[in-house]
Amino acid sequence: MLHFPQWKVIMVIGIVIAGIVFALPNVFPRATMAEMPSWLPHHQVNLGLDLQGGAHLLYQLDEDEMIEDWLGNIRDDVRETLRRNRIPYTDLSQTLATRTVSVKIREGGDLDKAYTELRKLSVPVGGTLGGFSGARNLEVDRSGDNAIVLKVTEPGLNQRMSSAIQASIETIRRRVDAFGTTEPSIQRQGRNRVLVQVPGISDVERLKKLIGETGKLEFKLVDPAANAAQVAESKQVPIDDELLFSTNTPSIPYVIKKQTLVSGENLVDSQPGFDQRSGEPIVSFRFDATGAKRFAKVTQDNVGLPFAIILDGKVISAPVIREPILGGSGQISGNFTVQEATDLAVLLRSGALPAKLTVIEERTVGASLGADSIAAGKKATLLGLLLVVLFMFAAYGLFGLFANIALLINIALIFGVLSLIGSTLTLPGIAGIVLTIGIAVDANVLINERIREEIRAGKSPLASVEAGYTRAMSTIVDSNVTTLISTLVLFWLGSGPVRGFAVTLSIGILASMFTAVTVTRLMVVYWLRRTRPAMVPI
Amino acid sequence: MFRGFHFVPPDTKIGFVRLRTISWVVSALLTVVPLLLVWKVGLNYGIDFQGGTLMEIKTKESVADLASIRAKVHGLNLGEVQIQEFGAPDDVLIRIAAQPTEKEQQESITKVKQVLGDDVEYRRVEVVGPTVSGELIAGGTLAVVIAMGAILLYIWFRFEWQFAVAAIASLVHDVTGTIGLYSALQLEFNLSSIAAILTIIGYSLNDKVVIFDRIRENLRKYRKMPLAELLDLSINETLSRTVLTHVTTFLAMMPFVIVGGEAIFGFALAMVWGIVIGAYSSIYVAAPLQLILGVRRDGGMTTAPAKAAKAGAAARA
Repeated sequence: MLHFPQWKVIMVIGIVIAGIVFALPNVFPRATMAEMPSWLPHHQVNLGLDLQGGAHLLYQLDEDEMIEDWLGNIRDDVRETLRRNRIPYTDLSQTLATRTVSVKIREGGDLDKAYTELRKLSVPVGGTLGGFSGARNLEVDRSGDNAIVLKVTEPGLNQRMSSAIQASIETIRRRVDAFGTTEPSIQRQGRNRVLVQVPGISDVERLKKLIGETGKLEFKLVDPAANAAQVAESKQVPIDDELLFSTNTPSIPYVIKKQTLVSGENLVDSQPGFDQRSGEPIVSFRFDATGAKRFAKVTQDNVGLPFAIILDGKVISAPVIREPILGGSGQISGNFTVQEATDLAVLLRSGALPAKLTVIEERTVGASLGADSIAAGKKATLLGLLLVVLFMFAAYGLFGLFANIALLINIALIFGVLSLIGSTLTLPGIAGIVLTIGIAVDANVLINERIREEIRAGKSPLASVEAGYTRAMSTIVDSNVTTLISTLVLFWLGSGPVRGFAVTLSIGILASMFTAVTVTRLMVVYWLRRTRPAMVPI
Repeated sequence: MFRGFHFVPPDTKIGFVRLRTISWVVSALLTVVPLLLVWKVGLNYGIDFQGGTLMEIKTKESVADLASIRAKVHGLNLGEVQIQEFGAPDDVLIRIAAQPTEKEQQESITKVKQVLGDDVEYRRVEVVGPTVSGELIAGGTLAVVIAMGAILLYIWFRFEWQFAVAAIASLVHDVTGTIGLYSALQLEFNLSSIAAILTIIGYSLNDKVVIFDRIRENLRKYRKMPLAELLDLSINETLSRTVLTHVTTFLAMMPFVIVGGEAIFGFALAMVWGIVIGAYSSIYVAAPLQLILGVRRDGGMTTAPAKAAKAGAAARA
């Protein structure tokens, strides 16, 4: 018992010091830390959204809309393929429920050729590189009545979903970055979801608005022949036209030609600014070479006619083309406020989302509530700690004191590890630390009770301390493992704040096995060596 | 030198198991009454499991005008709406029932923000849509079941099946008891309640394992002692530890109930209750159950090396 190898002593003390050093930055305000020499650890514990305030938004990509879009593309491809090969067809249609596009070939003689050509639309999933599985994105089959059916496959859908989510994440990142908050986190969750976490944001409504817009920009011509008011009344929209409304209230109806002249994909930049003459906020934009060429041609051909700038199916403005715009840049005005102009510029710059995103879970916490929670958590923890320390001393005297010192080291270790691994502290996480306080001293209670029993059984001080430690050990391990099991389940299945609880509790339990057993043992050994007591004061 | 008070005298001999007829009745009541409560009164499900919107606001006035807020929000026709003071007189909690679609759910927040205007500070807004709430229910239930299953396996592996069954039975007792508290006090039952239940499971088991350990040790030590007597002896021997541990955890957790703030009140209260009910079930449920399940006395409480030796013998034979 008295023998404690030198290397072990050094290791224990080393771990304790390292824990304290890594935990220390949390004691000082950030400003003080910045002035400290750079070789000292600077990492502080990250505070969860519930403690520092911020927004947690879970978005789901509209899968049906995405499939609908895809089927539309397939339909266009089928039409184009058949026309190119001069194959007459009829009944070209798409069905969302079955995820299919079907077409009828007019003449039986063309069927083989049509089938061969349409099969070319189906490509291996994962491109030519990832084609090991042999899976293709489309299943092309003949069905009776000269019909050919193209069906979207599951692997094809998964691949498309993955790239849509990936693209959404990038778009969202560009939009969130416009807020300039520190360390926003945007990540995929599950099959069709994106979790956006932005600490410290105050204007959540604006954030949601900016992320929620699809951001699809289109330039189309207004049909000069149609009377918009009449069409809106009668709902008799001319063929090749569509009825759209303006963004402002009351909304104004426009009859727009369906054909898209130039779209947002051709934009290279957009910036908010002010109109040089009127001084009102505007958004200026610039096209790439293709876009500029197309835009120049359209404006040349349609001088004197109005064209519409359409965002997500709503008309922002419909100015009249006064002169051809050849330089490839232009500006959008639409009675914007400064903030609206800024947000629109961000939206255009970030590109469109591949499909609509819907908020399915939202949790936002204001900074003041976070600060209150920290204050309450601190107060409760310190109070709990004080009560436990007093009680342990009352129950075990000197050995209670040893346990208390180990307990403080345990808390330092928890903060040290949390800072080191960059984990997040939440309000339930603080409760986890408090529960750890209870569990950590439990190990010492077990040991000390054993020592008392051994003394009563008539053993010498040394022998009873020795037996107390060794015999309590298996119980301590067993009881901590059961707690760890449920903690791991919590970590695995929980999210956000609850997960924070699981993290601090499991770190706490592991640290307590070290502090409550090894650290107290070291203290007891030194005390025994120095005093050689005739009886153990316990 | 100060040796510490002996809160539980070493020669304590309380006949816990001898009183088992009474304790069976109490335990049965503690298990059945909560179920009846949940059945008849129900649980106050939070938005995590029910879907819906929760807003915590702080008004500019030092005392919130609940009536006016109520009138404004009710005017929006958003279905069932609850408005109540939350922790402080200028703090108000607004709960709006789930809307049919995710979109309407989002619109409900915008509407509420419009009618309340800029005079209030939005301290917290939580919206859980119908998709997510369904998943959270499934996930929460799964978590509790998996945790129990894993623990059952662990105890079975470390002890005998009788101990595992006794442990699970007493855990069921603790879980129903805790859910009963939520029902009786109509505390909000949400994700953190599941966390509380899982923690109580882990913590309460911790205690059972200590007593099981001692029972196993005593079974080996006193081969002739009647089982009831042996169980009482084991409980009494570990009683001091049981009391001290529960008191320390209780002391550590109690300040959270009192000064931890509204946000964590329910969680902290459930934990404190779990500590108490866990202590009870260790003594009155887990240990006495051994009498019914009939642990083996023939040195059957094999330790790991003994098991290995046996397996080795079997292999040789």
